[in-house]
Amino acid sequence: MQVTAMDVYRLLPQTNCEDCDEPACGEASCMAFATKLSEKEAQLEMCTELSEEAFSKLEALLAPAVREITIGTGDKTITIGGDEVLYRYELTYYNPTAMVIDIADNLDEEAFNERVKTIEETEFERIGELLTLDAIALRNASGDAAKFAEAASKLKKAKLPLILCSFDSEAMKAALEKVGDERPLIYAVNQDNLDEMAALALEYNCPVTIFSPNDLEKMKQMSRALRDKGIQDIVLDPGTFVGDGIGDSLDDFVMIRRLAVEERDDDFRFPLLGIPALTWLYEKDEVQGGIREATIAATLMNKYADILIFHGTNIWELIPVLTLRQGIYTDPRKPQAVDAGLYEFGEVDKDSPVLMTTNFALTFYTVEGDIKGKANTYLLVLDTEGRAVDVSLAGGQLNAEAVADLIKETGIEDKVENRTLIIPGLSAPVSGEIEDESGWEVLVGPRDSSGIPDFLDKLKEKS
Amino acid sequence: MDQMSQLLKLLEKTDYIEINEFRMDFEELELQLAPAVQRVVQQAVTKQAAVQETMKKMEAIEFTPPIKDYPGDVAQVQLGAGSRKPVYLGGQKALYRFEEPQPNPPVVTFDVFDIPMPGLPRPIREHFSDVMEHPGDWAKKAVNDFGANMVTIHLIGTGPKVMDKTPRQAAEDIEEVLQAVDVPLVIGASGDPQKDPIVLEAAAAAAEDERCLLASANLDLDYKKVAKAAVDYNHAVLSWAITDINMQKTLNKYLMKEGLTPNDIVMDPTTCALGYGIEFSIDVITRTRLAALKGDKDLQMPMSSGTTNAWGSREAWMKNDAWGPTDYRGPIWEIITGLTMMLCGVDIFMMLHPLSVQLLSEIGSTFTKEYLTTDVPDISNWITELE
Repeated sequence: MQVTAMDVYRLLPQTNCEDCDEPACGEASCMAFATKLSEKEAQLEMCTELSEEAFSKLEALLAPAVREITIGTGDKTITIGGDEVLYRYELTYYNPTAMVIDIADNLDEEAFNERVKTIEETEFERIGELLTLDAIALRNASGDAAKFAEAASKLKKAKLPLILCSFDSEAMKAALEKVGDERPLIYAVNQDNLDEMAALALEYNCPVTIFSPNDLEKMKQMSRALRDKGIQDIVLDPGTFVGDGIGDSLDDFVMIRRLAVEERDDDFRFPLLGIPALTWLYEKDEVQGGIREATIAATLMNKYADILIFHGTNIWELIPVLTLRQGIYTDPRKPQAVDAGLYEFGEVDKDSPVLMTTNFALTFYTVEGDIKGKANTYLLVLDTEGRAVDVSLAGGQLNAEAVADLIKETGIEDKVENRTLIIPGLSAPVSGEIEDESGWEVLVGPRDSSGIPDFLDKLKEKS
Repeated sequence: MDQMSQLLKLLEKTDYIEINEFRMDFEELELQLAPAVQRVVQQAVTKQAAVQETMKKMEAIEFTPPIKDYPGDVAQVQLGAGSRKPVYLGGQKALYRFEEPQPNPPVVTFDVFDIPMPGLPRPIREHFSDVMEHPGDWAKKAVNDFGANMVTIHLIGTGPKVMDKTPRQAAEDIEEVLQAVDVPLVIGASGDPQKDPIVLEAAAAAAEDERCLLASANLDLDYKKVAKAAVDYNHAVLSWAITDINMQKTLNKYLMKEGLTPNDIVMDPTTCALGYGIEFSIDVITRTRLAALKGDKDLQMPMSSGTTNAWGSREAWMKNDAWGPTDYRGPIWEIITGLTMMLCGVDIFMMLHPLSVQLLSEIGSTFTKEYLTTDVPDISNWITELE
């Protein structure tokens, strides 16, 4: 159930701030402000005319179906949750799934530091975005409170926020004494430790996870108990069963999210946590394990996981999951486009080659990745309303006239003496028309932009 | 500290005291111990009452699974008849298995080609290099060694720019594959809109009454010819639209006008690969399945995914040391692409890599079990048990 602008408008003062030239919200009318609020493009605080009662009513109305929770403090934070819908085509999914790697508290010094470094340095660039990992999950593998606390204090230096994993409230207390001021996520409350863990969550003002494997009734009860104690920042772990039980895990995830979004069941309106790392309880082979762990991660990410704990750190395993996350969390309402116009790569001069592509983000950044640092060239980017080369060719956005206009508008003719345009291989069918329309000579480039540097080298040899 | 102070200190954090073989002068107790004991007992009673209150409150909270009623359902399509072991697609009456048991597990069909396909990525080629000259042997290996439920024979060689094989040669290839395996077939052509309908017609005749899936009918070719071949020789048709739900509806309507029923049609709403638009496919496939369950008669057919498209992604095949070996990246790319489609409602997957097929089938088979009927392991000590 999505909140409409009308629902919001009813609770606004509806004064349209008549006596004021510059309303605090910056909108022309209360209806305009209501629209912005319902689309999460404005904050309630911007309205200065609200009574306390109206404010709290609106706050409850506008609260996302899934509570938004921040883990960490300062520049070491991640935010999870905040979703409003079950299907991404209805509205964007907010806050990409946090990808977390575990670390055991009983690793020796060197292995511990090495693993922290790996987690911090893992990165992969894709479509102009640097994809990285989000947090570290410290596991009380030793079962020893002092060791857990010691390892936690070592992670104070780490660049990423923390999840503290132990069912032992004494160990949790010891670790929180060291890093409780950094707002780590407490993992986890179960039936046996609920009161003690809840007390710690309140004392340190930390978000806390409920672990209730395959038992949603118990989960609901524990959630209610925590909420009764005044705890609001809750994360739900209904258990990740990586083998034949994955169907049950998926059902649990879906049910919880459906209860949150469609039934607004306050006990379930919290982010979901999954643990693909459990793969390694049963699979010791590094390759099989890595592939299976990525498979479990993708399953849960597709169905609502807000935070995932991994054990494997191989980049070949993480890249596909990071890529899936990037796709799922794009905004379906906005075309993925970059600005059209003229781009320069490397040292360009009057003899530099001139390439052309479209402004679909994936196309542009793929081309950019292939030529950056490898070729000195101009790149003309055509506005195809965010469509790829073949699609815009079929749809007519990539046409001779548009290319000729682009050449004129960018002033490229003042920058180079040559009059040769290299077009993408897939746009070969319009090469003749572009020549006629622009007066430039057209060369058909490679079909895949990874071939551009070679193509330019060969071109240079010929001349 | 005297003994009494020590005792009091100990009692500070105590919820209750159990006294064994206790002897003490009554006056002493009243005078010196009573206040402390009373306080402790009082605290314990209050605390216990609170716990009981919480427990009682908690037990009063009941959980009801969020189950929905759906007015529509998905048609069931049978593939394979005659000398084939049949498989069934579709038949869903609900979105998830906790609402209603899912009737059929997802089906994986292995891609096989009528020519040796030099363009296949190395991690796949190496599994099949010994059988690529003969589509029959290739199909046999896919079924016997890699557990395929079905085989897709792509008649790529009929392409005018490939080998320009005649429809008659295509029919011979189909016969070879039919002889080699007893699983149902998907019959794919080369993608040439002029030639495909003729090739599919010849292949359909060669496989009469075997209930194959003819791939594909789309709006760019003579779909009437494909539909007629299916009706005449008892096959099903793959109805292919490009990530456009309205185009899909139109095409399905046209096909039904030609005499096909929803039990004869499988939809392919197009699989955009992981990282290359997969989100567009997620949206279209989700909307299509929801529309079917809500009662849209033109979309109540099972769906297919050309999961093989995943291998077109450069991250799946391109050598790049910083990304790790393609031997692992490729299969994951294919699995995640297929899995994502499966979770949105796709029923049948065209795939290439043996490991991808295995893992997707494994996960897929769990989706037909009923909720809470699987023995799940005890994971309550995972924090210490993980190595």
